Amino acid sequence: MDRIEKTVMVIAIVLLVVFFGAIVVAATNYGVDVPTCVTDRKPFVESAPPFKTSDQPLRYEVHTVARMWMFDPPEITVPPGAEIDLYLSSADVVHGFHVEGTNINLMAVPGAVTYARLKFDREGTYRVLCHEYCGTAHHLMAGTIVVSHTAMEGEQ
Amino acid sequence: MNATLKLPIEPWARRLVLLEIALPVVLLVLGIYAGLLQVLFRAGVIQAAEFWGWEYYQALTLHGVVNAIVFTTFFAVAFGNALVPYALGTKLPLRWAWVSGIMMIVGTLMAAWAILAGKASVLYTFYPPLMAHPFFYLGAALLIIGSWIAFFNWIPLYLRWRREHPGEKTPLAVVGMFATFIVWLIATVAVAIEVVVLLLPWSLGWTQEVNVPLARMLFWFFGHPLVYFWLLPAYTMYYTMLPRLGGGKLYSDKVARLVFMLFILFSIPVGAHHQFAEPAISSGSKLLHSFLTFAVALPSLLTAFTLAASLEYGARQRGARGLFDWIVKQPFFSTDGWMFSYLIAGLIIFIMGGISGIINASYSMNLLVHNTSWLPGHFHLTVAGPVLLAFLGMSLHLLATHAGKEIRLKRLAVAVPYLWLIGVFTFSWGLMRGGLHGEPRRTNLGMSYLNPDSPFYHPEWKLYVTVTMIGGIIMTLAMIAYFTVFFATALRSRTKEPAAEFPLSEAYHDEPAGALTNLRPWVITAIVLIVIAYTPMVRDVLRGTFSNAPGYEPHNPAPVNQIEQLDTSP
Repeated sequence: MDRIEKTVMVIAIVLLVVFFGAIVVAATNYGVDVPTCVTDRKPFVESAPPFKTSDQPLRYEVHTVARMWMFDPPEITVPPGAEIDLYLSSADVVHGFHVEGTNINLMAVPGAVTYARLKFDREGTYRVLCHEYCGTAHHLMAGTIVVSHTAMEGEQ
Repeated sequence: MNATLKLPIEPWARRLVLLEIALPVVLLVLGIYAGLLQVLFRAGVIQAAEFWGWEYYQALTLHGVVNAIVFTTFFAVAFGNALVPYALGTKLPLRWAWVSGIMMIVGTLMAAWAILAGKASVLYTFYPPLMAHPFFYLGAALLIIGSWIAFFNWIPLYLRWRREHPGEKTPLAVVGMFATFIVWLIATVAVAIEVVVLLLPWSLGWTQEVNVPLARMLFWFFGHPLVYFWLLPAYTMYYTMLPRLGGGKLYSDKVARLVFMLFILFSIPVGAHHQFAEPAISSGSKLLHSFLTFAVALPSLLTAFTLAASLEYGARQRGARGLFDWIVKQPFFSTDGWMFSYLIAGLIIFIMGGISGIINASYSMNLLVHNTSWLPGHFHLTVAGPVLLAFLGMSLHLLATHAGKEIRLKRLAVAVPYLWLIGVFTFSWGLMRGGLHGEPRRTNLGMSYLNPDSPFYHPEWKLYVTVTMIGGIIMTLAMIAYFTVFFATALRSRTKEPAAEFPLSEAYHDEPAGALTNLRPWVITAIVLIVIAYTPMVRDVLRGTFSNAPGYEPHNPAPVNQIEQLDTSP
């Protein structure tokens, strides 16, 4: 190897180390992380709309079941700024759960439970798409998340 | 350029090679047609579940299986059957080569039947618990095992050469093909277990349920090295032939060998980067696999330098001056060295394919694009870029040399890769931009999101799917041109004596390669890395999975075993 090649190799390694370092910093300092292995929840087929698990304001839990070819509940309504613990389970085949325009991007895999914490600061209606092929009517599988002040007042 | 070495080739060896490139090229006609259908469905031009009897997801399955699995596997085997004996100056042992070829053909026909009969619309990733006809799994197993036999058939040739040439460096072409098949062999063991142990008995009804996260882990153990199995034959051509076709020499033989060894090391322990969004895998495993994926980007970055340096060296020998003159002075449109156009166009496409690949590997950033149309946008810049173009170029070269037929319509042949480049850049721009705006992959958009009559109508994607369609049409035109050249050449009468002939390059820096000449330590280290990367993941999957799943047919939300009970009850 000549000198230029060695230089190129060092530059390449430094570049990759910087990229990977940025990922680690994002995960550790800013909490930008991927879903992990949930071992304390069994897969479920009964869904639950947002409900409170503690006295803390704006903390909710929701259980979504993905099945051929719908999300149950099809619509999730929460107030802005709420922190929602989402548990996702599949009743049949593999499905996807992608909230458009966000980095909320999950797989519903039979036999295991996926968890994510969601937070929406802005009011609006967010589209949820199934983005994993799940059979003949896959293209009709979608849901919504509605973030609204008024919608939750009745419950509070 | 010196005349290339021609070696005589036995009739049954060349017939095998010709069969192994002709059959997949014929199937590719169907695969490309299925690809054209995809862009029309997705753009909302076809707003239906099927078109002329081809259902969207069935056509998508065919497109993936034929183009990405069948065409590539057959090509790699045919290329190795021709190149390995040539580079070692020996003959291909015929018996097992034919056994391998016949197994692959039988397997392909079984899987093709299942797909065309509509009994295997499970896409080319065949994720359980969607269930296909047993012939689909059996066919896949035969194809894979047939390709193993082809590789085993070359090993004695290599060992004999090593014995007869002590202290010499193994020819680089052989190193490239062995790296390809070592990665393939290790990786396909996992998918063979998935198919033969988990899915086939389940599809036959011998077992009722399957562990889905385990099957997915086994699939992706195979699924990422698969892309290196596609890429490494192309790299073999880049390192051993491109410098010569460009009128120069390989800049460094040692770096080439290092690159192939790094691919053996890092190709496999990276599967979880396809599974960042999944349960039953801890974020620690995901981060480790992400790190190793960055490691496997290193050999590609080295390749970018070495190949550019090789081409620059060639152009400077021909009088290129200044900083950029050498780029212009490449034989882009030469009809004599026509294969240069296929290799260089693929490399240009791969710049974008590589960059988008690093984005995908970037752990949490992946969540922005996972399973959106960004992903097929990315991998068409790899498998439908450098891989496809190198394979098409070499298929044509093998046809010309092994059948002894001068290529017809050479100017058209040279235009194909550039037309394809324009098409695939357009196509991938549409898919990737759409993906950043949430457009899903693998979805019949014309039935919902791109259909103004549907409650799901999403006009924001109209621009992206339309650009994708235009790109797809240009790609189809490029392939029509290619098929015209291929079949016009295949159908003409013989013009010269058939012979094995490859434009192998010399090296500019031809240093001793030390530890890089011995495959064994690299293979052993690769296995150690796999154990380190997959032991915690196997533990995660077993800990995080609570229940197994029965099978489902794609059109029915009731499990297969319940449907059968209903059918048999009075």
